[in-house]
Amino acid sequence: MSFFSRSPWILHYDGSSCNGCDIEVLACLTPLYDVERFGIVNTGNPKHADILLVTGSVNERNIDIIQNLYRQMPDPKVVVAVGACACSGGIFARAYNVQGGIDKVVPVDVYVPGCAARPESIIDGVVQGIAALEQKRAKVA
Amino acid sequence: MNPILLAPLFLLVAPLFGGLLTGVDRVISARMQGRVGPPVLQPFYDLGKLLQKDVRPVNPIVEPLLLGHVVFMALSGAMIVGGVDLLFTAFVFALAALLLVLAAGSVNSPYSFTGAERELIVLLASEPFFILMLAAVSKVTGESTFAGVLASPERVAPILPGIVLAFLLVATIKLRKSPFDISTSHHPHQELVRGLTSDMSGRLIGWVELAHWYESALLALFVLLLVNWSPPLALGAFLVVYFLEILVDNSTSRAKWQLVLQSTWAVTLVLAGGNVLALFLLRS
Repeated sequence: MSFFSRSPWILHYDGSSCNGCDIEVLACLTPLYDVERFGIVNTGNPKHADILLVTGSVNERNIDIIQNLYRQMPDPKVVVAVGACACSGGIFARAYNVQGGIDKVVPVDVYVPGCAARPESIIDGVVQGIAALEQKRAKVA
Repeated sequence: MNPILLAPLFLLVAPLFGGLLTGVDRVISARMQGRVGPPVLQPFYDLGKLLQKDVRPVNPIVEPLLLGHVVFMALSGAMIVGGVDLLFTAFVFALAALLLVLAAGSVNSPYSFTGAERELIVLLASEPFFILMLAAVSKVTGESTFAGVLASPERVAPILPGIVLAFLLVATIKLRKSPFDISTSHHPHQELVRGLTSDMSGRLIGWVELAHWYESALLALFVLLLVNWSPPLALGAFLVVYFLEILVDNSTSRAKWQLVLQSTWAVTLVLAGGNVLALFLLRS
């Protein structure tokens, strides 16, 4: 039996988000949405995390940071891009310092659209991330 | 029951007890914060996942040290119920805690290293109390083994009120509850991220968690030593203490290490030391 679907631990990284999506991510932890019901924990440490949840786009200064965080996470791991900016760069896509979405630097498994993404869709994205996590675990095992 | 049989029984039952206790703790904590909280069996799901996950050891010595931490923590509980001298088990308990400090201190991460230093400080704050407590229990009952203390006609807690009060304070440290969770916290949102376990991944965190379950069961055994006339009452007392710890955890912020050390030593010295001094003056 796999325990990954019952205990997904999340690392939240804010790329160059306007903080709209970040506030919605944090809203998921509040009593209204309470993601701990599903065993989801916001870890703050890549070595403990199963799901990398990124908000905001990739810019010149955070490419190394995102890749470093991703490399520090032990397998199996998935990446969830939250919000329009993380998916494609959003309205900042053509800015001189913006590279684009998170998939420019690390492989993304789930895209959660929205500006800002709503807590319901973030939770939905994480649940789809869990399914991807299970598939990856089956490949590793 | 034969003490030789009790020891393996402790090894099997203690993780179940500690895991369930952690699960109930998480539900009660969530309810206190107005949330529903995870399932009661969540700690077992977490452990299961951690054991299945890939591990990235940062050096070859961390895992042997952590395994030593689990083994000695389990052993100290098994030795208590198995009939080994109580004072001796206090030192095995200290050794188990020290192995965790060594594991966290062996890596280069500044968070982990600071966590190890702080763990050493809380060890310095709490260990003298346990030795004093077990010595006092032995003095009151005239027995030095677990079975002997339980069979003793002398009731321990009414004679050692200072020790009981000091135990409440030191249990906060050992259960890693705020304001004394300076080295690592069950909640990830502290300034050290996760302190001691910062550089551990996969099953390495699992070993730390398992050892903590044994530690919780060990604290329940200590309560049983204090409430030696009725095991059901002792279990009830332990659960009440645990509930109070959750309440304190959810209503206080983290203290600085100086306050932890000073307050624990002051309480240990005045309440526990005073209690033991009075015992020796009045009884001998």
